[in-house]
Amino acid sequence: MITGALRQTGRLFALAAEVGRAVFRRPFQFREFVEQFWFVASVTILPAALVSIPFGAVIALQVGSLTQQLGAQSFTGGASVLAVVQQASPLIVALLIAGAGGSAICADLGSRKIREELDAMEVMGVSPVQRLVVPRVLATMGVAVLLNGLVSVVGTLGGYFFNVIMQDGTPGAYLSSFSALAQLSDLYISELKALVFGFIAGIVAAHRGLNPRGGPKGVGDAVNQSVVITFLLLFFVNMVMTGIYLQIVPPKGG
Amino acid sequence: MGIEVVVEGLTKSFGRQSIWRDVTLTLPAGEVSVMLGPSGTGKTVFLKSLIGLLKPEKGRVLINGVDMVNSPERDVYETRKLFGLMFQDGALFGSMSLFDNIAFPLREHTRKKESEIRRIVMERIEVVGLLGAEGKLPGEISGGMRKRAGLARALVLDPQIILCDEPDSGLDPVRTAYLSQLLIDLNAQIDATMLIVTHNLDIAATVPDNMGMLFRRELVTFGPREVLLTSEEPVVAQFLAGRREGPIGMSEEKDAAALAAEADAVGAAAARPRAIVPQLEPSPGLPPRRAVARRRERVMGMIDQLPPAARSAIRRTYERGAGAPTLPLPAAGSGA
Repeated sequence: MITGALRQTGRLFALAAEVGRAVFRRPFQFREFVEQFWFVASVTILPAALVSIPFGAVIALQVGSLTQQLGAQSFTGGASVLAVVQQASPLIVALLIAGAGGSAICADLGSRKIREELDAMEVMGVSPVQRLVVPRVLATMGVAVLLNGLVSVVGTLGGYFFNVIMQDGTPGAYLSSFSALAQLSDLYISELKALVFGFIAGIVAAHRGLNPRGGPKGVGDAVNQSVVITFLLLFFVNMVMTGIYLQIVPPKGG
Repeated sequence: MGIEVVVEGLTKSFGRQSIWRDVTLTLPAGEVSVMLGPSGTGKTVFLKSLIGLLKPEKGRVLINGVDMVNSPERDVYETRKLFGLMFQDGALFGSMSLFDNIAFPLREHTRKKESEIRRIVMERIEVVGLLGAEGKLPGEISGGMRKRAGLARALVLDPQIILCDEPDSGLDPVRTAYLSQLLIDLNAQIDATMLIVTHNLDIAATVPDNMGMLFRRELVTFGPREVLLTSEEPVVAQFLAGRREGPIGMSEEKDAAALAAEADAVGAAAARPRAIVPQLEPSPGLPPRRAVARRRERVMGMIDQLPPAARSAIRRTYERGAGAPTLPLPAAGSGA
C-alpha cells in the first residue's frame, strides 16, 4: 500500500523530470503546442471569468463586513484585493485548468494509450513525452499565467463594484488603501503560483493518462484520479508557497 | 540486407505470473521466421520485448550491437528506426487520415519535401492495395484495411527488420493468402529480416524459412521450418493438426490424468506423417529472394545436428530443384 503510493509518486516526479529535459529537445512541436494552447484557453476563459466575479464579490463582502465591525473600513480595498490576487485567482485558475483542460488531456492520452497509438509512436522512434506531453504541459502553464491576469482583474473589479455600490464604501478609500498595502511582488507571486499550478495540472493529467489501468473503464478512472490528485497537490503546494512568501517578502504596510 | 536479431536467455513475467523463461534464438538476417503458439502464450509480449516496448527481467536482445533490453533509452530509440512493426489492429492514429498516418514516420524522421513524401506514401498505399482510401480516417474503414494501412506505415521507412503481430486475425482465408504472398514479395524486394507472430496454420506452412513455437512458458523449438513441420513433439503435432487431443487444453495445459485417458482412447491414429507444403515464391516479375541462397548454405551447414526426419525433409526440398519454383509434388509414397 505504502510502497505503491511511493512508487506512483516517484513515477510522477520522473515524468516531471523527463518533461523538463524534453522541453529543450529539438524539434519543438510548435503546431501541437498552439493547438493545445488554444484548446485549453477556449475551455477555461469563460468559466474562469464567470467564477471570478462572484468570488471577488464574496471576499469583498466578507472583508467589508469584518472591517466595518473593527472600524477599519478604509482598508477594505487593500485587504480584499490582496486576497483575490494572491490566493483566490491562482486557485480558481488551477481548478479550472485541472477540471476542464487537464481532464480532457488525460482522457485523450489515455484513450490513445489503450488503442496502442502511443506504443506505435514509440516503435517509430518518436517519444510520446516529447511529441504529446511537452506541448500540453507548456500549454497548461502558459494558459494558467495569462488566465491568472484575467481572473485577477475581473475579481478585483467585482470586489470594487460590490464594496462601493453595495456596502457604501468610498472609491477613494478603496483605491488608496490598495496602493498603501499592495506591492508588485504580490503580483509576481500570484503569477508564479499560476505557473507552478499549471505545471502540476499538466503533469498529473499526463501521468494518469499515460498509465491507465486496462480498458476504457481504466481511462475513466484515470481522469477522475487526475482531477482529485491535482486538487490535493494544488492546495498543499499553495500552502507551502504562501508560507514561504510571507516569511521572505516584507509586508509593505509594515 | 536485413539485420540479424540475437535473443539470449530472455525471461519475462508480469508480477508473479511468468510469461516465458530463458528464450534463446537467432533470427537469421533477411530470412522470414514465424513464431507459433496457442493464444495467451505471450507471443505479442515477445514481439514487444524485441523492440524494447516491454523490458524483460533477464536476457538480451542484440541488434547491431545494441541491447534493446538494457541499453540507454537513446540507443534504443535510434535502433527502433530500423524496425517496422505491424500491430494486431493497426494502431493507427485515430485523428489522422490514412495518408497522414503513413506519412508520419517520414515527416518525423526525414527532411524530405512534401512532394517526395507524397510519392513514397502513394507507392506504399498501392503495394498494400489501399489506393483511393488514403483520405479516410481509421474509424471509417474495415479491420482488414486498417491492418494493411498499419503494414504500409511499418514499411515506409524501408525497415531492416519487420515484425508482424498476427497479420491474419480478423481476415478471411483469401485475404490471408494475399497477405502471405505480400509478405514474401516484400522480402524479395527489400530483403528485410521478418518475424511473424501468428496461430494461422496456412501462414505457418507456406511463408517462413524458420519456425518456432512458444508453449508452457518456454520456447519449444526454433529452427528451419522442416524441423518444426516434421517434429514429433506432442505439443507441436497437436497444434499443427489443430486437434483437441494433446497437451494443449481449452484454458491452459491439461493435467496428466486427462492426458493418459486421452492417449488410451486415441491410440495410434494421431501418428500420421504430415506432408510438407512447399514455401511460397515471390510473384512473377519480382527478383528472387536473396535469403534463399543464404538459408540453403546455413541449413546445409547445420544439417548433421538436425533430427533425422527434418534432415530427409530438407534434402527432399532442395532436391526438388535448386530453389526454382515448383508445384507441390504428391509426396505420399515416400513416408517419413
